[in-house]
Amino acid sequence: MDLLQLFISGLANGCVYGLIALGFVLIYKATEAVNFAQGDFMMFGAFITIWLTNTDYLGINFWIAVPVAMLIMGAFGYLLDVAILRKMFGQSQIAVVILTIALGFILRFAAGAIWAHEPQSLESPFAGREVRLGELVLGLEEVAVVFVTILLTFALYLFFNRSKLGIAMQAASQNQLAAYYMGIPVKRIQSLVWALGGVVAAVAGILFASKGAIDPSTGLLGIKAFAAAVIGGFGSLPGALIGGLIIGLVEPFAAYGLPAGYSQIAPYAIMLLVLIFRPAGLFSTTQKKKV
Amino acid sequence: MTEPVLKVDNLESYYGPIMAIRGVSLEVRQGQIVTVLGANGAGKTTLLKTVSGVMTPAKGTILLNGEPIHGAEADAVVRKGMVHVPEGREIFPLLSVGENVALGAYVRTDKAQIARDLEMVYSYFPILAERQNQRAGTLSGGQQQMLAIGRGLMAAPKVMLLDEPSLGLSPLLVEEIFTIIRRLNKEQQVTMMLVEQNAKVALDVADYGYVMEIGRIVMADTAPALESSKDVQSFYLGVQEETQRGQRRWKQRKTWR
Ligand SMILES: Nc1ncnc2c1ncn2[C@@H]1O[C@H](COP(=O)(O)OP(=O)(O)OP(=O)(O)O)[C@@H](O)[C@H]1O
Ligand SMILES: [Mg+2]
Repeated sequence: MDLLQLFISGLANGCVYGLIALGFVLIYKATEAVNFAQGDFMMFGAFITIWLTNTDYLGINFWIAVPVAMLIMGAFGYLLDVAILRKMFGQSQIAVVILTIALGFILRFAAGAIWAHEPQSLESPFAGREVRLGELVLGLEEVAVVFVTILLTFALYLFFNRSKLGIAMQAASQNQLAAYYMGIPVKRIQSLVWALGGVVAAVAGILFASKGAIDPSTGLLGIKAFAAAVIGGFGSLPGALIGGLIIGLVEPFAAYGLPAGYSQIAPYAIMLLVLIFRPAGLFSTTQKKKV
Repeated sequence: MTEPVLKVDNLESYYGPIMAIRGVSLEVRQGQIVTVLGANGAGKTTLLKTVSGVMTPAKGTILLNGEPIHGAEADAVVRKGMVHVPEGREIFPLLSVGENVALGAYVRTDKAQIARDLEMVYSYFPILAERQNQRAGTLSGGQQQMLAIGRGLMAAPKVMLLDEPSLGLSPLLVEEIFTIIRRLNKEQQVTMMLVEQNAKVALDVADYGYVMEIGRIVMADTAPALESSKDVQSFYLGVQEETQRGQRRWKQRKTWR
């Protein structure tokens, strides 16, 4: 295979990892909980979109199905926080971790029960088309993945740095108590962050399912995205994206250059190296937590 | 006499099984600066947290302009016109100074008035205007205290709860900050409840004062009366009395026990 094509497909995979990692970091920064079901959120968002738009199912127009799926996953994240996680306030972090792991199992099981276990792909307007740049032939879906990721990143950047709600989210994650003192409704903001986590997961799922097939256990690649978040520093949004890109790019090249088996270890090997040599991650914003 | 702006009655607050506030009653009147003095661990911070709705009281009532606010969420209390400037500054370190100040107005929507208040805050604290685009975490301690007060002002409070604004500041800076506190009270009509360990500066700006010990109010009087009280002098102002024999009294009894 052409190296450039390897690069592009790695980049597209990396975008999906990056978006899942972004979800991890968003929720972690705002609530100090790690959502180990983030990968399964992604899978579920993909299946909802497939269910809405594929001709075997409801056959709704793709451009309507996408925002509806994003909305459903956003509502799911919001309600999850309001109905369950908020009630666990004061319990140990481990309890939340176990809860999200269990939630991952439930989502995988539910997706399997509803949509069966065979891999399915999303009937998107990009599927199977090509873009030609001179000599170069690229899959339109891969180009779209990269493009949408850039767009979403930019939108999130504007949201967090320009909007009142986005800045309040940052404030609540930097100093929760002070946010309370300023009258910022911290609990509602945390629920909204879970909603945002759901929306971003849905986008990642839609991107994933439009460039390849997805099945209910695909959500397990959340572990790779977790490694990406760790590489990026687990507190940094751009770090998470770049961590995802690194893993996405290393994978195909490792598979190309290394004996089979080793390539699968590559993401975790990089994570270990980062943890050993830069324990705070590549892009950590250094800030000591006050006691 | 006018009705008090803030009226606290028989308040009790707990940290789990520990009773930190044991039946506190106090009043703050319009335009006053009322100070609450007390040693470490007396429960001053807990009192302010309970009043501002960050903690829920187990018993007692809190009236703000005659309206009950005990048990209300902190954001509802801010909306009703009372803001808490916490102990130890508690700024948002990674946001810019300007963003920190703007967040003080989070509960407000009156854009034009917010813009005027922003100018007012920057006129009291020109250093904040100068450092608008700098990360708040990089400010010095005194500047962070100014930021915390400025941010609180942006809520357009009728009552401001100030928790140890002198904490960790040099005498010169304490002087500067208290001058501004006095000006805000006079010029902007901000009523204040001021918690302090530095009894001297607090009594100098205050109209009325309470002394707190292990969760209870043990003395209440006008600021000048407290300043001249023997107990406050020896325990909070560090004035040492000479006895007839010319020795320092090393064993004292507080008259309130
Ligand atoms: N989060 C907490 N959990 C348990 N106990 C607490 C907590 N915060 C304060 N306390 C206890 O409540 C009592 C009152 O504390 P508080 O912080 O209100 O004192 P303070 O008067 O503000 O002291 P300082 O002048 O040192 O700030 C103390 O005995 C303290 O140990
Ligand atoms: Mg205190």
